[in-house]
Amino acid sequence: MFFVFNKKLTFAPILIRLTENQRFMIHQSMRRTLTLLLLTLGWVSYAQHEPLAQDEAGGDLKAKIKADIQHHLQDSYDFTLLSDEETNIHYGFSLPVILWNDGLKIFSSSKFHHGEEVAEAGGNYFMLYHNKIYKTDAEGTLNFDENHHPTNTKPLDFSITKSVFSTLVVSLLIFLLFSSLAKSYVKNGGIGKGIGRFFEPIVLYIRDEIAIPNIGEKHYKKYLGYLLTVFFFIWFLNMFGLTPLGINVTGNIAVTFALSLITFLITNLTANKNYWKHIFWMPGVPMPMKIILAPIELLGVFIKPFALMIRLFANISAGHIVLMSLIGLMFVFKTWLGSSLSFMLAFAISLIEVLVALLQAYIFTMLSALYFGFAVEEHEHEEAHH
Amino acid sequence: MEKLIEQFSFGLFIWQSLIFVLLLILLKKFAWKPILNAVNEREEGIKNALAAAEEARKEMQNLQADNERILKEARAQRETILKEARELKNTIIAEAKEQAKEQADMLVVQAQQSILAEKQAAVAEIKKQVSELSIQIAKKVVANELSIKGNQEQLIENLLKESNIN
Repeated sequence: MFFVFNKKLTFAPILIRLTENQRFMIHQSMRRTLTLLLLTLGWVSYAQHEPLAQDEAGGDLKAKIKADIQHHLQDSYDFTLLSDEETNIHYGFSLPVILWNDGLKIFSSSKFHHGEEVAEAGGNYFMLYHNKIYKTDAEGTLNFDENHHPTNTKPLDFSITKSVFSTLVVSLLIFLLFSSLAKSYVKNGGIGKGIGRFFEPIVLYIRDEIAIPNIGEKHYKKYLGYLLTVFFFIWFLNMFGLTPLGINVTGNIAVTFALSLITFLITNLTANKNYWKHIFWMPGVPMPMKIILAPIELLGVFIKPFALMIRLFANISAGHIVLMSLIGLMFVFKTWLGSSLSFMLAFAISLIEVLVALLQAYIFTMLSALYFGFAVEEHEHEEAHH
Repeated sequence: MEKLIEQFSFGLFIWQSLIFVLLLILLKKFAWKPILNAVNEREEGIKNALAAAEEARKEMQNLQADNERILKEARAQRETILKEARELKNTIIAEAKEQAKEQADMLVVQAQQSILAEKQAAVAEIKKQVSELSIQIAKKVVANELSIKGNQEQLIENLLKESNIN
């Protein structure tokens, strides 16, 4: 009975293993959770003598929760807030689908009817299967290979998906917030006013505690704009991910890839001679070491942003998985003890997630600053005492 | 990992990069620049104000020191003036005394001199009167005596003797 669920939960520790120490805390609490759950469940299943039919229904529920979590983690073509399974009504709104296939095709995602119908656009037919759009014939037939992957062609997909939409809204919010703060400085003679003022100390913190110590007084101004933007972007998206809107932007690998790619590009495009010298011809070590170090250092150039990408993705996904699993558990246990315990756990984990949302934004910013610092570091003083 | 690659949405990546870069450019221009400028300005202002306050404090201290110094000087000056005055007074008194003494001495000397002169005059007068008186007496005596011839000569002789003694 518990096994299905257990398997799902083990996904989170795997992701966590990829990340740094700060996730250790959650890992630990999850382990504790699991033990606690096993104990409670054991007790519950002894106490309850459920009929077999109900047990199967429970299994269905768990499978459904699992599917829901999987569905939540992925992007979607419409913004669904609630859905009624029995009447099959989805509360939310549809978003535009933009495809490039024999020309530009733009239509509303409502045409898919949540994957149930074939959408027709400009004489072509498209079908939604496992959250991906495939080109099909009028009947919507999908051909599968032996691995059960559809062999139909995938059109180039530039749809305004739920994540893109959320990003746009949050970006707009960030822009309005900070531009209004900027304006209030002018109006109030150098003193910020309004809600933006709450973020002023954070802006200063990023400047004084992240940018200046890591990059240095001389070069930090060049990177400060990016660091501030990326911090608030990640933080706000993380926080919005914790709201019942159910968006998962920063837990999406494409998003974290985009962000870390920008960090990668900025680092390597603004790097000075010293940075490259330290990669290809490490000063101050013997000749054979130089040869050994060069490929390692070169690999490091790519591993650093890769780690950034995976860290953010894994932390946020894992958080969402754990949180949704615990919320799902409330419905799985139909007892006051199990459900209230799950509720308390879900509550505790969501508090931790609020911290993680900030922490991950901080770490991403901090490490980006560190990499920029490597890129512009000047080693004159270091060589002086060699 | 395979699942991750399979799930990777190229469209989302493109949109994400676009939105982020756009947001970065807009925020840099409309938010970070003015915010950081304002904050820098404010920090500069605070720094300047603190420096000015420190300056003012120092100036104040200087002024106070000056005041004290001036006061001290004034006090010293007063002391010297008083001292000088006292000295002056003493010298004046001394001088006056001396002058008075000189004057008095002179007066005394003059008095003495005049007394002496008077005395001499008086003596002279007395002598004159005495001589006149003597002459008158002598005249009478002589008139008397001259009637007797021997006596005349003796008398003259005696008179001459007497006058020599004087």
